[in-house]
Amino acid sequence: MALVEIRNVSKIYHLGGEEIRALDDVSLDIESGEFISIIGPSGSGKSTLMQIVGCLDTPSKGTIKLDGTMIQDASPRQLAAIRNQKIGFVFQFFNLLPKLTVLQNVELPMVYGGIGGRERRERAIQALELVSLANRSKHRPSQLSGGQQQRVAIARALVNNPKIIFADEPTGNLDSHTGELILQLFRKLSTEGRTIILVTHDPEIAAITPRRIEIRDGKIADKVDETLAGLNRIKPAVASVSP
Amino acid sequence: MNFWNAIVVGLKEIWAHKFRSLLTMLGIILGVSSLVAMSALVKGMETGAKEALVAIGGLQKIRIEPGEVPVEQRHLQDQAPGLTMNDVYALQASAPLVTKVSPEYRVPRPTIAANGKTFRPWVCSGAWPVVLELFEHEIAYGRMFNEIDEEQGRSVCVIGTNVRDELFGSPTQAGREIIPLGETLLINGQAFTIIGMFKHYETEQERKERELGLVQDTPARGGRRGRGNFVFRLKNGSIYIPLSTATIKFSNVTPQRGGGAASAAASAVGDFGAVQLTSIEVKIDDVSLMNASIQQVRNVLFSTHKGIEDFSFRTQEEWADNIETFVRNARVSGGTIAAISLLVGGIGIMNIMLASISGRVREIGIRKAIGATTENVFTQVLVESVVIAVIGGLTGLVAAYGLVHLLGSLSPTENEPIVTVTALGVAFLSSVSIGIVAGLIPAFKAAKLSPMVALRYE
Repeated sequence: MALVEIRNVSKIYHLGGEEIRALDDVSLDIESGEFISIIGPSGSGKSTLMQIVGCLDTPSKGTIKLDGTMIQDASPRQLAAIRNQKIGFVFQFFNLLPKLTVLQNVELPMVYGGIGGRERRERAIQALELVSLANRSKHRPSQLSGGQQQRVAIARALVNNPKIIFADEPTGNLDSHTGELILQLFRKLSTEGRTIILVTHDPEIAAITPRRIEIRDGKIADKVDETLAGLNRIKPAVASVSP
Repeated sequence: MNFWNAIVVGLKEIWAHKFRSLLTMLGIILGVSSLVAMSALVKGMETGAKEALVAIGGLQKIRIEPGEVPVEQRHLQDQAPGLTMNDVYALQASAPLVTKVSPEYRVPRPTIAANGKTFRPWVCSGAWPVVLELFEHEIAYGRMFNEIDEEQGRSVCVIGTNVRDELFGSPTQAGREIIPLGETLLINGQAFTIIGMFKHYETEQERKERELGLVQDTPARGGRRGRGNFVFRLKNGSIYIPLSTATIKFSNVTPQRGGGAASAAASAVGDFGAVQLTSIEVKIDDVSLMNASIQQVRNVLFSTHKGIEDFSFRTQEEWADNIETFVRNARVSGGTIAAISLLVGGIGIMNIMLASISGRVREIGIRKAIGATTENVFTQVLVESVVIAVIGGLTGLVAAYGLVHLLGSLSPTENEPIVTVTALGVAFLSSVSIGIVAGLIPAFKAAKLSPMVALRYE
């Protein structure tokens, strides 16, 4: 059984009487431990797919089974619990809370998970060690560089030990070198057995993942257009790790 | 997310916007402090009024006064006897619900003179010694006139401290207590010897102030326009003389039975049944039997007055009712005003909370994305609103003390405002409930934000 089973999912918006099909009959399986990228131009529906699978939004049609739970019928409270326990998000703009310290930001998912103060602290520091930022735990996000902030966000995504990590353009707001480091971090997490879904419009980034899914006009493209996406120009450093 | 966390987050949010939070709280602070101050003022007045009510004899005292003959008895007016000593004796004999009877004859237009000074007292009356108990008088120096003084019609008097102040100088000016016992004063030209002086009557507040030495004596203090409740001024400005002496010296009733000059006085003492008394004060045992007691007195008086109702009753009940009515009205009107200012404070909180959440849409989205439930967000916003209200409420309670002191010093009444625990509790609880109510709409609005929409929000 796949970790995520997406069956005939559609998302339809109504804007001023006009029907917009952000997702159109998408079916997809994601296995546990997979490192997968969802690629597509902006407006293609890739973010919508991520939001629906990530329990931030609900589909108009279709079913999604995530780790054995049918999430299209779940209540908002159940969805919140799934987001808290089974999913970790990494966003393009980091989305750390500016008034909290790094440590408090990483602790936050556990606060909502109802974990006691002492354990929260220990686990948050462990997660920060994983991204080599334990020494910055007392800083505010604004005192860190973009790459560091994104690593804090990754630590926050990891701290509840989720089944699946969604990264939505995680390097989109970073310079190429820093972005490279973040991607290496994801790859490292992948080799540790984590399921990671990387959402990006950049074929070069998508190239680091073993499996790539291209979304066009709300549908999964039959075949990834490798020449157009430039996937044959894989950088050596990246290529050496990808299978 | 537990409750404590929500409070801490709320406090941080308030601290992050100090000035804005202060302005928001100001509404609650003013509301709470005006509620407390209003209640304290009313309580002070109520206490003062009740103190005065007790000082004048309490609810158990009924005053019988000559009254207008009712229309249907007008043709009998010339037979109306008025209040006389016969009524007093009849009441003593036949009205068991009445425990004390005290006749009073007021000296008409009294002018007191002594020591080269003159003075018009509030009360100058002939009475029986029992008058002490009916008016809650207490002798501080000397003695009250007694039955022998009464029997012999002696020219003796007992004075209140204000009479002393006016004629012999006040102790605060002299720096020592002045006790004019044995001195002579003239009442409408008739000489009387002072044999006793009442204690100085004052409100609780005056007593405290005097004991603490807070009040430096002002020239007005000894005079009629000095501070102090009217009842206490009245009592301090009293002179009592034996009833017999008063009727002999100041009424136009001449002794009925003739005889030698030597026996004239004695026979007059025995026979002033015809003297028109100013009033009869009676004291009853049980206030709950007020109506029965009045009816009993009325029955007795009907018999002595041949059924002519030329008398009326005045009880303190009316006064007590007036106090109640006044207090209720003051509470309602003051409470309404304070409630309106609390409401304004609540609207301020709601406004600021709405502004606060629209500035934090993204934060709410992030929190939801990492697992905050609708309830978590709802609680957080609500707790913030309540925290503002609670801090405002507590500050308001502190501010109330200042406001009460300010009002106390500006107050037109002599009664010091009294801050009660109940008032503090009510004010505080209303601030908390205002905080909850004001937070509901913003909390609901924040809680129903979709995480996806919130995250996309810039």
